[in-house]
Amino acid sequence: MLDWLKGKGDPTFWKVYLDNFEKEITNTPTRYVIFDCERTGLDWKKDTILSIGCIGITNDQIEINDFFEIFIENKNDKRQNEAVEKLFKSHSNEAVSETEAMIQFLGHIKNATLVGHSTNLDIEMINQALKRMNLGKIKNNILDINVMYQRFKNLPEDEHHTLEELCDLFKIRKSHRHTASNDAYITALLFLKLKKKLKMK
Amino acid sequence: MRNPIAERIADFLKHYPPFTSLTYHELVAISEQVKVLYLEKNQILFKIGDPTHDSFYVVASGAIGLSVISDAEETLIDKCDEGDILGLRPFFAKNNYLMTAKSREDSIIYAIPIEVFKPYVTGNSSVLSFLLESFASNTRNPYDKDHRGKLISENVIFNEQTATDIQYFQPIKYTKKPITASPNDIVKHVAQTMASRQIGSVIIQENQMPIGIVTDNDLSSKIATGLFPINVTVDKIMTVPVVTVPEDISIAEAQMMMLKHNVPYLCVTRDGTEKSTISGIISEHHVVAAQANNPGVLLKQIKRAERSKDLKIVRDKLTDLIQNSIDRNIPISHITNVASEITIAITKRAITLAIEKEGTPPPVRFAWFNLGSQGRKEQLLLTDVNNSLIFEDVPAEQYDQVKKYFLRLAERVLETFEKIGYEKSEQGLNANNELWCKSLTDWIKQYNTWINTPGEKGIHRSSIFFDYSFIYGDPFLEKALTEDIFSKAANNQLFYAFLATDAIKKPAPLGFFRQFLVEQDEEHKDTFDIKNRAITPLVDAARVLAISKGIKGITNTYQRFKKLADLEPQNADLYLECAEAFHILHWFRTEDGLKTDSNGSYLNIEELTKVDKVKLKNCFQPINDIQDLIKNRFQLTYFT
Repeated sequence: MLDWLKGKGDPTFWKVYLDNFEKEITNTPTRYVIFDCERTGLDWKKDTILSIGCIGITNDQIEINDFFEIFIENKNDKRQNEAVEKLFKSHSNEAVSETEAMIQFLGHIKNATLVGHSTNLDIEMINQALKRMNLGKIKNNILDINVMYQRFKNLPEDEHHTLEELCDLFKIRKSHRHTASNDAYITALLFLKLKKKLKMK
Repeated sequence: MRNPIAERIADFLKHYPPFTSLTYHELVAISEQVKVLYLEKNQILFKIGDPTHDSFYVVASGAIGLSVISDAEETLIDKCDEGDILGLRPFFAKNNYLMTAKSREDSIIYAIPIEVFKPYVTGNSSVLSFLLESFASNTRNPYDKDHRGKLISENVIFNEQTATDIQYFQPIKYTKKPITASPNDIVKHVAQTMASRQIGSVIIQENQMPIGIVTDNDLSSKIATGLFPINVTVDKIMTVPVVTVPEDISIAEAQMMMLKHNVPYLCVTRDGTEKSTISGIISEHHVVAAQANNPGVLLKQIKRAERSKDLKIVRDKLTDLIQNSIDRNIPISHITNVASEITIAITKRAITLAIEKEGTPPPVRFAWFNLGSQGRKEQLLLTDVNNSLIFEDVPAEQYDQVKKYFLRLAERVLETFEKIGYEKSEQGLNANNELWCKSLTDWIKQYNTWINTPGEKGIHRSSIFFDYSFIYGDPFLEKALTEDIFSKAANNQLFYAFLATDAIKKPAPLGFFRQFLVEQDEEHKDTFDIKNRAITPLVDAARVLAISKGIKGITNTYQRFKKLADLEPQNADLYLECAEAFHILHWFRTEDGLKTDSNGSYLNIEELTKVDKVKLKNCFQPINDIQDLIKNRFQLTYFT
C-alpha cells in the first residue's frame, strides 16, 4: 500500500483525487466545502494542523450530512498550549496520522470549491503536509469569506475581520466552543449570507 | 464519525414541540439529514400554488411571514418566529401550497426532509397527534396557547380567498359555564343578575338541561310592556324552545343557525340536543368578535374584559393589527389614532376593574392622567407607561386615608399593566408613587414649582408631566389644573428657556460629512439611537413651542406641529416638515420595534436599504432647523 513512498509513481488516492478535476460535468451544481483548521500555531513551516472540520453546501443549502471532521496526532510538537492540549485530549483516541488525515480529507473534498476564513495559512499548511508526502499542491478552487466581505464592503485588502467580528456584523450566534467543525459551520452561515449579498451564482 | 453540527441542531430542536417528544438520540439522527437555508429579507420560501417541497421547515432565527393573496392583495395571516414549524402541507396533502411563506427579515431555516421525519411521526403517537391537531384546528400550537413553539399548517379552507374566510371555518370561542336560572325564579331577580353581569340572556335549566332562554328582548316585549308583572316566575316569559348546538361548532355554522332560527343566542350542549347538559352560550357578539380584529371589536372586547388576561389578549391583537397596518402602508397617523383609542380604553377598563376589586367606590372625585408617550397618544409599541392621579381637595384629617385609597387603586391598575406587558417606568413616574398621586391643590403647587423655579434637573424630570391626557374620572379636575398651568406659564420666559434648553440638548444627528452619528457604547455599538437622537428632540421642540403659544388640550407631537403651522404662517413650512419627519421616524421605530420585539430605539444602519437611509437622513434637517428656531426665539445664548 505504501508503494508510492518507494517512488513507484503517485499513490492511488492522489490519482483518484486528481481524476475529480478531469471530468468537467457542467450540469451538476457546484459543491462547496466549508472548512476550518485548528493548528498548533501560526507558523506555516513549523506548525502543523491538529484538526480539520468540513461542512458541505450544495444548492445554497448547508447539508448537515455532508460532514467531515478529523483529528491529527501531534507527536513532535512540545509547544502545545493549554487549550490545544484540552481539545486534543478529548479526541486523542480518534486521532490519526497526518498522512491518513490528508488521504481522508482529499477523499472527502473531491473537486469541491473550498471555502474558509483567512484561508491562506490553512491552505499553505495543507500543502506543506502534502509536500511531506511527496505530493503536489491542492488543486481545488478556494474562496475566502474575508475577501468576500472586503469586496462586499469595498474595503482595502489589508482590512481583516476575525470570524467573531463577522458573526457580529451579520448577527450570527457564535458557538462557545471553538472546534474546527463548529467554526466551519459558522463560516458556512456567513458564506451563505455573503454569497447572496454578492449575488454570486 | 460524531457530527457535532447535527448535535448543535438537535440541541436547538429539543426545546420545541413536537421535537420535545423525541429522544435526543432520535433528534441527532434527524438533524444529520437537515439542510440549512439562509433567506434574505423578503425572500420567498414557497409560494401559493408551488408544488410542495420534500421538506418541512423550522425557523432557526429570524421570522417568516405567512400570507394569502386575496383580490391581488397580499394579506399577512401569521408570523413564524424562532422554533416555529411551517410548510407541513406535504405531510398530509399531495396538492400545492396554499400560502406564501416569505422572510420578514434575514432568517436561517432548517429544512427537515419529510421522508426522514415520517417514521418518527408514525412511530410516535404524541408527535402525530401534535401535527394532526395543528393541521386540523389550524391553531398555532394546541399544547400551549402562549406562543411557545407555534406550529403553522397550511390547512386553510378558503373559497373566495379572503383572510376573514380563514377564520370563518374555525371553531368559535364562546362563553363556557354560562349563567343559568331555574324556571321558578322570579323575573326581577333574573333581570338583576343580567344587569349586574352585563349579559343579554340567561338560559333556563332543569336538571342541567336547557328548557328555555330569557333575553333582553323577552324583558322588553313582555315585562316592560306590562304584559306580565315583574314578579312572575321566569318560565312564563322565557322563549321556548331554545336553539341548541354542539360544542365544536364553527363560526360559519353558528352564524347560519342564528339566521335560520332568527335568534341572537345559541345554547351549547354536550351533544348538541336539548336533552343534554348545557356547556356554553354563543351570542352574536362572539360571532362578530371571532371574525375580525377590527378596532371596533377590540374596543368592545375591552369593555367586556373581566381580568387582566383578557386585556392582554386585546393588546396582543392590537400588536397584530399594527403590524398588519404597517405592512399595508396605512398612514401612521391613522394607526396611532386607532392604537391610542384602544390604549385609552384599556386604561379605562383597568381602572374600572381595579375599583371593582377594591370593593368600595372612590371616596372623592379624581382624575387619571396618562403621561409621556401615552399622554401624547403616540404609543404604538409596548414601551413604558407613565401616569398620575389627581383627587379633589379634602379636609386635612381625611387626606391620608383618601390618598391611601388612591395609591392602592393605582397599584392595582399598574399590576394589570404589567400583566398586559408594558414596561415599568424606570424613574417610577406612576400614579402608585406617592409623589404623583395627590390632591388638586398639591398638584397645582407641584406644577408651580416646575414653572417658577425650574432647576435644570427638575425640568428634565417634569417635562413628561406637561404631556398629559385625561383618561378617567372627573374632567373638572383636569380643566382646573390646565387653566392654572397655562395662566402661570404664560410669558414666563425663564420657564420656556429651561424647557427649550432641554429641547436642543441633543443636536440633529448628522455628522460633518452627512453620515449617521452612531452609538459608541458596547451594547448598542454602531446602531442609531432613533429615539433619543431623532424622535425626542422633535417631541421636546413641539412641547415647548406649543406651551409657549398656549396651545391647550393638544399633546400629540404631530398635531402640535400642525397647530403651530396654523398659528404661525411665517414658519408653517418648517412646522409641517417637522410633523412629517416625526411620522417617518415614528414609522421606522415602530417597524423595527415590531420586528425585533423591542422598544425600537436602536436601528441597525447596516440593515437599512439605501432608500430608507436617505428617507431617514431627510428627517434630520428639520430637526436642525427647528432647534435653530428655538435657540433664537427663547434667546438661549444666555443659558447655554
